[in-house]
Amino acid sequence: MSFEHLKGRKVLVHDMCLRDGMHAKREQISLDQMVKVATALDHAGVPMIQVTHGAGLGGNSIQHGFAPHTNEAYITAVAAAVKRTTISVLLIPGLGTMKELQSAYECGARSVHVATHCTEADTAQQHIAYGRKLGMDTSGFLMMAHLHTPDGLAAQAKLMESYGAQTIFVTDSAGYMLPDDVHARVSALRAALKPETEIGFHGHHNMGLGIANSLTAIAAGASRIDASVAGLGAGAGNTPLEVFVAVCERLGIETGCALFPLMDIAEDIILPMMDHMVRINREALTLGYAGVYSTFLLHAKRAEARYGVPARDILVELGRKKMIGGQEDMIEDTALTMAKARGIKVFRAA
Amino acid sequence: MNKLKCALIGSGNIGTDLIYKLRRSAVLEPVWMVGIDPASEGLKRAAAMGLKTTAQGVDGLLPHVLADNIQIAFDATSAYVHPANAAKLTALGVMMIDLTPAAIGPLCVPPVNLKQHTAKLEMNVNMISCAGQATIPMVAAVSRVQSVDYAEIVATLASKSIGPGTRANLDEFTYTTSDALVRVGGARRGKALAVINPAEPPMIMRNTVYCLTDDAPDEARITESVLAMISEVQKYVPGYKLVNGPVFDGNRVAVFLEVAGLGDYLPTYAGNLDIMTAAATRTAEMFAEELINGTLKFPQPQEIQA
Repeated sequence: MSFEHLKGRKVLVHDMCLRDGMHAKREQISLDQMVKVATALDHAGVPMIQVTHGAGLGGNSIQHGFAPHTNEAYITAVAAAVKRTTISVLLIPGLGTMKELQSAYECGARSVHVATHCTEADTAQQHIAYGRKLGMDTSGFLMMAHLHTPDGLAAQAKLMESYGAQTIFVTDSAGYMLPDDVHARVSALRAALKPETEIGFHGHHNMGLGIANSLTAIAAGASRIDASVAGLGAGAGNTPLEVFVAVCERLGIETGCALFPLMDIAEDIILPMMDHMVRINREALTLGYAGVYSTFLLHAKRAEARYGVPARDILVELGRKKMIGGQEDMIEDTALTMAKARGIKVFRAA
Repeated sequence: MNKLKCALIGSGNIGTDLIYKLRRSAVLEPVWMVGIDPASEGLKRAAAMGLKTTAQGVDGLLPHVLADNIQIAFDATSAYVHPANAAKLTALGVMMIDLTPAAIGPLCVPPVNLKQHTAKLEMNVNMISCAGQATIPMVAAVSRVQSVDYAEIVATLASKSIGPGTRANLDEFTYTTSDALVRVGGARRGKALAVINPAEPPMIMRNTVYCLTDDAPDEARITESVLAMISEVQKYVPGYKLVNGPVFDGNRVAVFLEVAGLGDYLPTYAGNLDIMTAAATRTAEMFAEELINGTLKFPQPQEIQA
């Protein structure tokens, strides 16, 4: 596939390291770190950054972990620090609510990804409409997009568009898609949606295809790309933003971001923040290979430590049982069931 | 024995499934089904099963309430319609079992607080939500042993079992259920999460209940209490099953449940709908038993107002 014809195209880059990156940090990014990273991204010309708990609004929970601060505290601190960049949030109906969206707006968020599983767009009607009512830049975010056909995904995208979404994201939550999968889905959306509705792509790097898939998405009509500096994100991380920007520069795609400062942020700020190297390790590759929600990675490793069942086995079983984003409770449940079946004694008899 | 005559308001999945549950009851008899669409599958099925039907909404039922001695009505319409339905029917002395999220009356989870409601002769009780019915018994099972600072539940539902009303109003489900974890479950704070899974074949409803106890959990007593409560729920929802737990991690207690339905009108995977109809039936039966043996008496109906 050639990308040379993309020269001169404008792409809106959206950094995820302070939201998706929270997953990789077990939700423990401090306020100071958030402000430092956000300030640096603002200086480097990144037009949009997403902040808050990894699971977004309403994310603080036993199911998804507790961050040291409320989402409101993070948004307020970052909003006070940045000058040009737009702050966005993630809202997954069933977890977050419109009350929390209102609150995020009051703290300074001006854009929202309203996220549903790729077949359940109609659970987002209220929230998309409410985002628009607040005057926010509102996107529909179809997660685990590999689990739906291109036409099926386009029909879900149409629903979100009808609720008022201005951009629809094809979200490769499992980092499973190959370039042809991305091309088919983005093309189907482009053909189905109004010309003024933008298309976005949110990749995970579990198969090493974050950059290639993002370029493929642009070639098929996407104009917004979610990425993350140093790839800080769930699984093997998101599409690494500084790498994506470098590739765009070579191709003549305009992002408005300054490459060298981004490289410095990745190396000097994000890398030292990492608790583990965010890379394509055995378990992250399993996610991509088996099509499992990237956020399950660290949960599965914790279950392995506690119940003695290898994380890879747990992840494969979760994929087989068709578990989707939000079902983190089923990781411990599955580990318990597998441990029982394997005769591993897992909890003290009461 | 003299069974109590019941009306079903709403001819959707829930109302139709209730016909089967009520026909099995020793103390309840379904007599009327109320819909708004003459072509609805539920009304046709009700008529075929020998119920009287009207497609004129509750107003179509009102002239028959006294003549047919309707004493209990199950409302499976919507939160928007329920207040008007309830006002019209309670004026005629009909007790309301509210399966909508309207929650005008007190919240009811049969093994936790039904006895209090019958003792007070509440004429409108609300069944909260499917996730509430599935998880609040577990929160109560922990909180009756020791104080619970925070309860959190995760309900995963088969996509095919979730109707357009719930889909269009997921926040309401979240708020109603979160609130009931506190008011009925006995936790100080509560949070409810819902996940809709489209897997084929459809997955059976799953519920995970987390409780954070104030002090270190008394593992033996909590386990005993949880198992006893599961037996209580199984009396009216046989497919209510403990899959794993309770497991203890510091002050966190986790219980992993599965809820399979009876497969009456709804498929077995839709345990979420079945637990609502089963809990509503159980609630009505408790009132009916006390009415029949004379320990309770409903107020006399007022004259029908024009």
